[in-house]
Amino acid sequence: MKSATVTSALAKFCLTTRGRDPRPETIQVGARDLGVRSLESVTVHDLVFIAADLDDESRGILQSLLCDSLLQEGHWLCEDGDFSRSGGTHVIETALLAGVTDSIAAEIERVALRAGVVLHGVATGKRFVLQGELSDDELERLSHRLLANPIIERCSRDEPISPSFVPRIVEAIGAPEHLGFDAAATVENLESINRVRSLALDRAELLAIREYFVAAGRLPTDIEIETLAQTWSEHCAHKSFRARIMLDGVERPLTLLAQLRESTEEMALPFVVSAFDGNAGVVRFDDVRTYALKCETHNHPSAVEPFGGANTGVGGVIRDVLGADHHPIAVTDVLCFGESDTDFQEVPEGSLHPRRIRDGVIAGVADYGNKIGLPTVAGAVLYDSGYVANPLVFAGCIGVARDWQAPVVPKAGDRCVVLGGRTGRDGIRGATFSSMTMDATTGDVAGASVQIGDPIVEKLLIDALAEARGLYRAITDCGAGGLSSAIGEMADGVGACIELDQVPLKYPGLAAWEVWLSEAQERMVVAVAPQDMKALLSVCMRHGVEVSDLGTFTGDGVLRVTAHGHKVLEIDTHFLHHGRPQRQLSATRQPVNRADAEPTPPEVAARGVGELLLALLSHPNIASKESVIRRYDHEIRGATLRRPLVGVKADAPGDGVVLAKPDDERGIAVGVGVSPFTGEADAERMAWLAIDEAIRNVVAVGADPRQVALLDNFSWGDPRRPSTLGQLVAAVDGCVAAASTYQAPFVSGKDSLNNEWVDRDGTRRSVPPTLVITAVAAIDDVKKTITSAATTAGNLLVLLGHGRAQWCGSHAARVARAHGAIVPAPDPLAPARYAAVHALIQQDVIVACHDCSEGGVAVALSEMLIGGRLGAITESVPTGSDVYSWWFAESPGRLIVEVAPNDLNYLRSTVPGETIVVATLTNSETVNLGDETLSLNSLVAAFTRAGRNS
Amino acid sequence: MLPLATILTAPGTNRDPDLVFALELAGFRTECLDVRTLAQHKHGLRGAAVIVVAGGFSYADALGAGRVFALELQHVLGDHLHKAISDGVAVLGICNGFQVLVRLGLLPGGNQRVALGHNDSGRFDCRWVQLEAPASRSIWTRNLNDGLECPIAHGEGRFTCDDGTWDALVAGGQIALKYASGNPNGSRGDVAGICDATGLVLGLMPHPENHVLARQHPQFGRGGTQQSRLGLSLLKNGAMHAAA
Repeated sequence: MKSATVTSALAKFCLTTRGRDPRPETIQVGARDLGVRSLESVTVHDLVFIAADLDDESRGILQSLLCDSLLQEGHWLCEDGDFSRSGGTHVIETALLAGVTDSIAAEIERVALRAGVVLHGVATGKRFVLQGELSDDELERLSHRLLANPIIERCSRDEPISPSFVPRIVEAIGAPEHLGFDAAATVENLESINRVRSLALDRAELLAIREYFVAAGRLPTDIEIETLAQTWSEHCAHKSFRARIMLDGVERPLTLLAQLRESTEEMALPFVVSAFDGNAGVVRFDDVRTYALKCETHNHPSAVEPFGGANTGVGGVIRDVLGADHHPIAVTDVLCFGESDTDFQEVPEGSLHPRRIRDGVIAGVADYGNKIGLPTVAGAVLYDSGYVANPLVFAGCIGVARDWQAPVVPKAGDRCVVLGGRTGRDGIRGATFSSMTMDATTGDVAGASVQIGDPIVEKLLIDALAEARGLYRAITDCGAGGLSSAIGEMADGVGACIELDQVPLKYPGLAAWEVWLSEAQERMVVAVAPQDMKALLSVCMRHGVEVSDLGTFTGDGVLRVTAHGHKVLEIDTHFLHHGRPQRQLSATRQPVNRADAEPTPPEVAARGVGELLLALLSHPNIASKESVIRRYDHEIRGATLRRPLVGVKADAPGDGVVLAKPDDERGIAVGVGVSPFTGEADAERMAWLAIDEAIRNVVAVGADPRQVALLDNFSWGDPRRPSTLGQLVAAVDGCVAAASTYQAPFVSGKDSLNNEWVDRDGTRRSVPPTLVITAVAAIDDVKKTITSAATTAGNLLVLLGHGRAQWCGSHAARVARAHGAIVPAPDPLAPARYAAVHALIQQDVIVACHDCSEGGVAVALSEMLIGGRLGAITESVPTGSDVYSWWFAESPGRLIVEVAPNDLNYLRSTVPGETIVVATLTNSETVNLGDETLSLNSLVAAFTRAGRNS
Repeated sequence: MLPLATILTAPGTNRDPDLVFALELAGFRTECLDVRTLAQHKHGLRGAAVIVVAGGFSYADALGAGRVFALELQHVLGDHLHKAISDGVAVLGICNGFQVLVRLGLLPGGNQRVALGHNDSGRFDCRWVQLEAPASRSIWTRNLNDGLECPIAHGEGRFTCDDGTWDALVAGGQIALKYASGNPNGSRGDVAGICDATGLVLGLMPHPENHVLARQHPQFGRGGTQQSRLGLSLLKNGAMHAAA
């Protein structure tokens, strides 16, 4: 470890991009979002801070290392100069906060040493030179809300910033503190500790902890209380999903989690190998391999530090799959943001602008997925004002394994070993942070909860684990709660004795509880038989993965931790994992409107059909997501056979994606369903809609609907509010009913509750109830897969399924600023219809297929035409339908399929329910909606424009 | 025995498994050598019929894409790479590997300097492109008369050089591959790949290793794929060179 005291001179190297630099443009847009109009220009420079006494030769060597003269101009800045304030010029410099991962700096130090230059410290930062008559308030807004993120960066205005080379040691390591959970402690005393330490524990839990330690005859240490708080957090323990719920005064027979679990058990489908157990769900569609499926949320961290939050969200869910002992093969993401054109006055104090959040999140997902070498394939991006302060980031991962064995618990005598990255003061108390609502001070208190990932370290971990299979008995990832949660879980019923001094640290000076709780990324914990240690070490060394032997699994069921020779924690694992009193919650059911039909909202009916269609195609939720999708490497592994963008110009939206190893005839399809605009009105139907959409997406590309596994991810508001919990209960009821109807079992899930933001004036903003369903299905023959793009002029487009005039949540209503009252009803014929469609795809009768969802028949039809760059002549609106509900209603269970005219009768003989010919494909490059004729180009223009610059 | 393709990797290299599959399909045996392993076995390149530097994010792109990997190879291999080339070993660098070969000075070779800068869009970009192979010295792009199709996936692929270098590259037949379906990153002269003066060393930004089977093409099943436009053809040229 390098000395923390830097006495050498500080040198500062400044890099400027030659030629076009796109960054200033982004800053200009961001400034306008913050209401700053007088920023005339800005230039961006990268800074490298170097602590070293450098002679001219060393400076020359460094300059040639740091700067590629064809691409950049680089020069040394003098220490206090270059800060002319004259003529409306301002300079803002930023540097990372102490302890924030700076992998570039570490690399520079290493490479300089290789070149013979010894550096005592390296840090990176940025320098922004702003031109314009900017007020103090505007400069403040720009520097703290746009150019620097105070969560991870410091900034200076018109003076040089001093970098943090090695984190300053702010607190001496003392003996653990004992907390006042004694017999005399009142509820108020305990609540006060709860608040001060941000434990997020319920009152009953505080009392249970007091009882445990009173019985033990001693006071708990800080590390013991923090461990319990993490383990019992909503994030780790899912205490609302395990709560006893009174619904309108009547006790529910099952907890929400038990409902989901039992529904899967009742189906008893042979392809489910492991559900709701361990780090991920496991399915098996053939004799050769298993797939591990997992989807996680990373909402709170992404709200305060979008890049790092999304970045580590992806890193975390990949580790979940590693923790299920599978090799990761793909990443998915569903993102919900506030509208990008939100006025900054509407953005609550302390919260970032939605566009900034969106850009940071997308960059964070792209950075991790691209660098770790996994294709980011399926997903969705949704915009709604309900997500302004509280964005939602759902990150999923799929893994594959051969000869997978169900995990076993560590044996007494096994070594407890941590693999991967080093531990620092990063991400402390993330589990409890994410279990609390957020307010204007969240950024301040959350500082330590946010981490930046290092995907290269995790990539090495993946490679090492692939080779080390068989050398460890049990494995789990280090996520929320860090070692406390990972080792705590692994030691359940077994017990372990852990020596914290063995944990490799990024820098010295961490208190024991910080080491134990740190959520430093890219770490896995394994249980290793003593005789396998040597082989494991050798594999890890070859892959450049650090290995630390922290102690022993003991067999006595007690978790013990020592630090600096002192015992700092001793808790019975039975109490740790099963001692939490069950949460008691009450819920109220809200009335729902289940009428069969409603009139078209007048605002919708006031618009022309063609005009409405173009408005829908360019609505941010429907328009092309190409600008996002192309930032993700979805081609790596050469296994993405049906892609997120399809069609002759690869610019039309696909339904599911199909993944199959290049040398494999079998594969999987992945689809996503989400319907957040219906949850407030009817959460039960929302669940049906999301499940139907996810399944329909995989069916549309050719997957077998009899072999579909589902993941549930709930992002909700505070479940202690009975109406909010009532919606959650309704959604789970919907999930269970729909899963059973489709015979598509849930194998894993995750809930993120408390997604709320409290304004300074006390107004609570809760996210819309949001349920993301991921469907993963078997593809038996990758040659029998299709896309949504229309293929051949002369063929027919046929709508399968029945539409109803139910408008709640529909995008036509959204575009027209109208509201519908009835959430679309599920279609009982859908499962049989999907089975028939699957058979017809296998028989090459259906040659293209698209799900009919957002924007209804009109949008689905348009997207198919855009994909094939074909025109169409549409049939007249069927009798009994009104024009608007025919074209724009969003009833579930429907698909539009392309068939040759002479296959129509065969199709009709095999597909149950309505089969309505919508259009005949033509080479005309136009499409008519009733009397209106639209050019294909206008559809393409509408669909592609909004996505690019929204 | 099949010729050996040695694949060089570093921490952050991530398309090596794709290359292994593609090169084996093209008729090679393969071996992956991590630069850290290479440091312990300096004779590692012995026996290689071709050397391929794989794509990815070596060293997280610190100091610019490919920079640190190039420094490490220089440090570990010294002039072994040059020696191998003078012995007739063909070298291929794809994406990050191209950036590495440029940083090593193997491309374009001589005193000329080129660079691969940030895409004009400022963003990472993943899309399929069509490539044409103009007449050049490269042994890797022989007889690719129908061109190639394969994906790009990079953020730093804008080929740039000064006018003198450009003229020399054109005159010397070193422009080996050009984008034929629009320029995705702002590269000078639509350049997607260049070779050295011997024709043995090729660097390109696109990923031929991700189009070695017809079914990998986005238009698969729509009659849009052509066997002759597989990225595999480029790798097979390497195998033919190795066999000759």
